[in-house]
Amino acid sequence: MSKSSRTQEHFVAPVDSDVLPETDAVQDGQAPLSMWGEAWRNLRRRPLFIISALLILLIIAVAAFPQLFTQTPPDGACYLADSNAGPRPGHPLGFTLQGCDVYARLIYGTRASVLVGIITTACVVLLGGTLGALAGYYGGWLDAVIARLGDIFFALPLILGAIIVMQLPMFRENRNIWTVVLTLVVFGWPQIARITRGAVISVRNADFVVASRALGVSRFQALVKHVLPNALAPVIVTATISLGTFIVAEATLSFLGIGLPPDIMSWGNDISAAQTSLRANPAALLWPAGALSVTVLSFIMLGDAVRDALDPKARKL
Amino acid sequence: MTSTAQSPATEPAPLLDIRSLAISFTTSNGIVNAVQDANLTVLPGETVAIVGESGSGKSTTALAAIGLLPGNGQVSAGQILFDGEDITRASAKRIVELRGNSIGMVPQDPMSNLNPVWKIGFQVRETLKANGQPATDADVARVLGQAGLPDAASRAGQYPHEFSGGMRQRALIAIGLSCSPRLLIADEPTSALDVTVQRQILDHLGTLTREMGTAVLLITHDLGLAAERAQRVVVMYKGRVVESGPALEILRNPRHPYTQRLVKSAPSLASKRIDSVRDRGLELPEGSGTHSGQGSGAPDVIEVRNLTKVFKLRSGLGRHTDFTAVDNMSFSVPRGTTTAVVGESGSGKSTVARMVLNLEKPTSGSILFDGTDVTTLGRKDLFAFRRRVQPIFQDPYGSLDPMYNIFHTIEEPLRVHGIGDAAGRAAKVRRLLDQVALPQSVMRRFPNELSGGQRQRVAVARALALDPEVVICDEAVSALDVLVQAQILNLLAELQADLGLSYLFITHDLAVVRQIADDVCVMQMGKVVETGTTDEVFSKPQQDYTRALLAAIPGAGLELPPEAA
Repeated sequence: MSKSSRTQEHFVAPVDSDVLPETDAVQDGQAPLSMWGEAWRNLRRRPLFIISALLILLIIAVAAFPQLFTQTPPDGACYLADSNAGPRPGHPLGFTLQGCDVYARLIYGTRASVLVGIITTACVVLLGGTLGALAGYYGGWLDAVIARLGDIFFALPLILGAIIVMQLPMFRENRNIWTVVLTLVVFGWPQIARITRGAVISVRNADFVVASRALGVSRFQALVKHVLPNALAPVIVTATISLGTFIVAEATLSFLGIGLPPDIMSWGNDISAAQTSLRANPAALLWPAGALSVTVLSFIMLGDAVRDALDPKARKL
Repeated sequence: MTSTAQSPATEPAPLLDIRSLAISFTTSNGIVNAVQDANLTVLPGETVAIVGESGSGKSTTALAAIGLLPGNGQVSAGQILFDGEDITRASAKRIVELRGNSIGMVPQDPMSNLNPVWKIGFQVRETLKANGQPATDADVARVLGQAGLPDAASRAGQYPHEFSGGMRQRALIAIGLSCSPRLLIADEPTSALDVTVQRQILDHLGTLTREMGTAVLLITHDLGLAAERAQRVVVMYKGRVVESGPALEILRNPRHPYTQRLVKSAPSLASKRIDSVRDRGLELPEGSGTHSGQGSGAPDVIEVRNLTKVFKLRSGLGRHTDFTAVDNMSFSVPRGTTTAVVGESGSGKSTVARMVLNLEKPTSGSILFDGTDVTTLGRKDLFAFRRRVQPIFQDPYGSLDPMYNIFHTIEEPLRVHGIGDAAGRAAKVRRLLDQVALPQSVMRRFPNELSGGQRQRVAVARALALDPEVVICDEAVSALDVLVQAQILNLLAELQADLGLSYLFITHDLAVVRQIADDVCVMQMGKVVETGTTDEVFSKPQQDYTRALLAAIPGAGLELPPEAA
């Protein structure tokens, strides 16, 4: 089998002193990083995240403490003499048809919009997440029933369904934040349920779940302790994005006159009221509409940034 | 493989000449040098193997030779001369011309490298057409037939999912060789296949390339396989070529410390049990180790009798067909020893592991653990049983919860079983980390910060947390690199000697069996083919199937000096 001497020579590289550790070294340099820690470190550097997070903090501050942002009381201080008047000192955005301060109503309307968004999302995640996790984890007939049930609600357009539900006498007669939240939850849970179900299915057969079962962890405990934490990332992303869409849905319902009652200040109600004087005073409509857009955009941008940070393909293994 | 096919009277010009090659990748963490100063020559008609562990740069080097580096990778220095032409400077058009016609490629994973929506014949024809070859049905059938596919003409009309793994790899070899290239790059062509199939495929590949005079650049992690199939071996480690030369010369006389360790730990080359308890002549007390109170004194800690598992497969609406995964199997695990269950994929060995762990109910038969049948345990007894039998799984990346840090991972079994107080559990975790030779600083780390070998040590520590009597290792070292595999096998052997553990070792790798097992149970298609002590089975196999398995261990026929073996 001999060939030429040149190609058959036995080459040996010079030996580095540090080249052969007996076992792998443990990295000691940095602080330990959980998946969430790593995602946070990644997020902190994203301009998209910084901008949206700052905006959301501002919006939440406005919703929680509106009196810090305006001296004008939102209601009861409307004078018809000011109807459709332009901006003047102390009233930077002008007045509505009824002579109310647009800026003050904008500030005080934040709370209802943000509350509906946050409460609806929380309820949707709880209900949809629970049902989706149970369906994905246990499978079988439970999965079939929950999945078909979800499909039925999924097939109904949210706004159309909400219009019908809100027309029911029991809803029509006592409209408040909670009836709006309830309606949105009824039509919103299947989306989160689907996402959770898929995430749980992808994790439930992982070796670490089998390992924990072999340790004596019960089936349900394994779901709570091992499967759910690992299935959470896509649920959080979807929830953040749908928070924005729930705020839009509330505004839409209020605009149509079947959402929040007129005595609760909200952006949707203001947009609805301003449409009658759109030509004379477009500012009264544009300002609440702009606030709505910025809020929704912030949550969607936040969701995008979180998704990028939690993307398993982007993570180092 | 001898080189009688070509008889170079004078020095032939090298077909592929890689000179001082450096390849770097641009990642989010900066530039990573994947390959540095690599030199490599392939003469026409010669087979050269690149050997190395994962991440050593062996595949990257080969991909660069065919111009297929991923987008963020680039050749930062050196030359790749193919027949005197520098590929690193060639235009994209020229590289496309070279591919297929001059350089063929057989990729690693036969399962993902065929397009599932096109028929096999179409995919072969596509290659022929792209390289300007005649592409009639007869040509396609001829190419497939050459690669050893029986009944090639009708097989060409089938889809990839109708092929077994071995047949898919034959189809890929057919595609790689269809245009009679002068160099074939085979990137771990058989790593995903069973050993007996691997042997057939490599034999056939060897015959084909010899007949066609094709040079082969074989990439593998298995030194035994490389030495058996190639004339020359290039050993890579951390992006550098540490040793290269004639295959047998390197095996018999490794000079670089890395190669020396590789030769020493390659399971396919080893021939004896690591530190067997029996060999040391230690008399283990009944119910040995830490469990002197628990054992009932039965000599066999696990006894499996007439175990059968039938799965019902859905075949159309409301109908089921029965699939017998495990068929009337009996074996036993004597206390303090290791019993290996060996079989190829689909032999039912993992189902056995799951049934012994009581994660799956047997259809019939019994599993006696320390004299009691585990299949009929009540809730409370089952919980107690879990303390005494623990698993270690194959994939160190999948068996640890990424959300739990190492401390919580190892502490979990103690917490679940309510053992000790917080301080006691912390002390126990420290002791376990010592036992598996991990520093205590890993406690606060998360699994994604550890290497594969370190993770498997953590998995071993978790399995030992409850002081079990039996550990079920389901392919526990199959996913690890050779050196790490040797470390973990040594660790398991040490722990067995110290703690009197009994192992049920499920594996496809007979070479590993020889290193760790006292008794062997060979499975084929759900049935036990042969049982016996490891020495008996290896020296005097009784069944044809066992003999075929033994012969298929790569490098089994190589003669080595005793100190290397």
